Amino acid sequence: MQKVVIIGATSAIAESTARLYAARGAQLFLVARNAVRLKDIADDLRVRGAPEVFQATLDVNDVQDHARLIEQIWTSLGHVDVLLVAHGTLPDQARCEASVEWALREFGTNGASTIALLTAVAPRFETQRKGVIAVISSVAGDRGRQSNYLYGSAKAAVTAFASGLRQRMAKVGVNVITIKPGFVDTPMTRDFKKGALWARPDDIALGIAHAADRGRSVVYLPWFWLPIMLIIRHVPEFIFKRLKL
Amino acid sequence: MSKAGQSWGRYPNASQTVVALNDRRAELPASAESILPYGNGRSYGDSCLNDGGTLLHARYMDRFIRFDAQTGVFECEAGLLFSEILDLVVPQGWFLPVTPGTKFITVGGAIANDVHGKNHHKAGTFGRHVLEFELLRSDGSRRVCSPQQNPAWFAATIGGLGLTGLITRVTIQLRRVAGPWMSAEVYRFRDLSEFFRLSQASDRDYEYTVAWIDCASQGKALGRGIFTRANHAPAHPDSRPGAPSRRLRVPLTPPISLINPLSLRVFNTLYYRRQRESVSHVTMHYEPHFYPLDGIGNWNRIYGPRGFMQYQCVVPPAASLDCMEVLVKTIAASGEGSFLAVLKQFGDIASPGMLSFPRPGATLALDFPNRGAGTLALLDRLDDIVAAAGGAVYPAKDARMPARYFKQYFPAWESFSHYIDPKFSSSFWRRVTE
Repeated sequence: MQKVVIIGATSAIAESTARLYAARGAQLFLVARNAVRLKDIADDLRVRGAPEVFQATLDVNDVQDHARLIEQIWTSLGHVDVLLVAHGTLPDQARCEASVEWALREFGTNGASTIALLTAVAPRFETQRKGVIAVISSVAGDRGRQSNYLYGSAKAAVTAFASGLRQRMAKVGVNVITIKPGFVDTPMTRDFKKGALWARPDDIALGIAHAADRGRSVVYLPWFWLPIMLIIRHVPEFIFKRLKL
Repeated sequence: MSKAGQSWGRYPNASQTVVALNDRRAELPASAESILPYGNGRSYGDSCLNDGGTLLHARYMDRFIRFDAQTGVFECEAGLLFSEILDLVVPQGWFLPVTPGTKFITVGGAIANDVHGKNHHKAGTFGRHVLEFELLRSDGSRRVCSPQQNPAWFAATIGGLGLTGLITRVTIQLRRVAGPWMSAEVYRFRDLSEFFRLSQASDRDYEYTVAWIDCASQGKALGRGIFTRANHAPAHPDSRPGAPSRRLRVPLTPPISLINPLSLRVFNTLYYRRQRESVSHVTMHYEPHFYPLDGIGNWNRIYGPRGFMQYQCVVPPAASLDCMEVLVKTIAASGEGSFLAVLKQFGDIASPGMLSFPRPGATLALDFPNRGAGTLALLDRLDDIVAAAGGAVYPAKDARMPARYFKQYFPAWESFSHYIDPKFSSSFWRRVTE
């Protein structure tokens, strides 16, 4: 039986991924801020076939609380086959420009808290010498753009951190995957106009489970973001400066 | 937020703000204009549209809540699809108590339209199997509605076209089955009186009865068709075909409707001839039996960019044969009509909703490609026939019935209107009452 832990389990991508694992009969440990929504999701996953669904609440920005949570996870499950780190917000860029406090707070939620969690959890994986750590970063982390560079810089930190962690953990048989979704139609993005590039959470979830099954390292979801970001990363600065992305 | 929202018939066009719902415990979103819940958009006409207003997209309120495999009591959020329920419960020996001809409808939509199926004569409408639901109103109040608790709200919301508030969660009673197979008998009939004889003779022993009729042929062939009666098969039937795995799709909308008088006659004749023997027995998977068109994704596109109108009426038992003959004659003479015209006798089990459509008699359903004024005039003629016979037309499929006929078909509309949420409205409701 697979044992799967999801941080930020009430996000649309995380919930879709949890459904895939529930349908496989996996044992789940869900972590989120909102206990009521977490319970609704846990009920759903039980009906879908998860034999056991543990729930814990956590404010990811409360870094002191991470150790307690990690202890609770390993006590409940014994070991972890897949850890999916999926929490995050979509910061209001304008507000981040107007307030240092807000900018750092959002950087904490989307970047520093992930770094803290991964740092605290890494020794556990080193000890068990197996498993998958999947971290949701974003295409936004590939290059800072004026429309959301606070979010982008937090995700860039996550991407770089995950890359280093992957090298370190590869030596002990643990696979670290960096997931880079493009535009996803979720409650987090409900105020955006949707075009052809938008994917559904179900598609992203399938990509995540596939990547975990096949031991991938960096995945763009859907795949077409790989060539798109390749181009965006290579646009020379003298042109990029003038673009309105 | 986005501007979108279409009904299955792709007619009429409407422009509305779409707000996605995901959390059944959340309040309704604030909106300056009127709002209307929208499930999976399988209503054919404008009952799921709210032109100039807001649609509450409830499809992603799709969590299971509980399923008791011993008793068949099942609870879920209102945006869950019938297909998702079947995928879960059929392998555990349960089935939906009532299902229409597509499984791509939400549970909330099934209640709002009090849908019926081929087992109406045995099971009545879907609403009869609803044990309880929660109704969220724009004033923030939540009511648990069941036949015992808030019975008036229960009756108003079943068949209430989404106007009484948002259905957030639903508990239904499933029915036991031994497996996914159906045991069916298929008969070819030459005319409508033969259909009525077959149907009456089958009502007692067969849970599911339905007929396809050829609505393109005139003269001697008028009213011929194919009658199917079926029961859920035992656990180990003689053959056990799988669910169809090949999924076809209509990939794009052709510039004109592919349905025209010629293609219609060719198809109808071939379909009738396909059934070689006058009787045959088959064991089949439940999917092709209940959902033949679900195997073809976006089949509604074949009618081209102007879309189509579905017409479904019911006429009382005493007038059934004569009235159906006049209706079929009128349709055949017009050269319009559809590949799949469906004929079924409703039973006399009372529908629980104030505005429920099913009532005793015979019901006919068919599609008409939208050819503008000509199509509308034909449907008006059909309405005159149905209204004179004391029948009714199904709001879930309608985009054009005149207000005066709606009020005649659904005399409870005025008492129903007291239960409408003051913030809720729909294109359909404004059309038939204002």
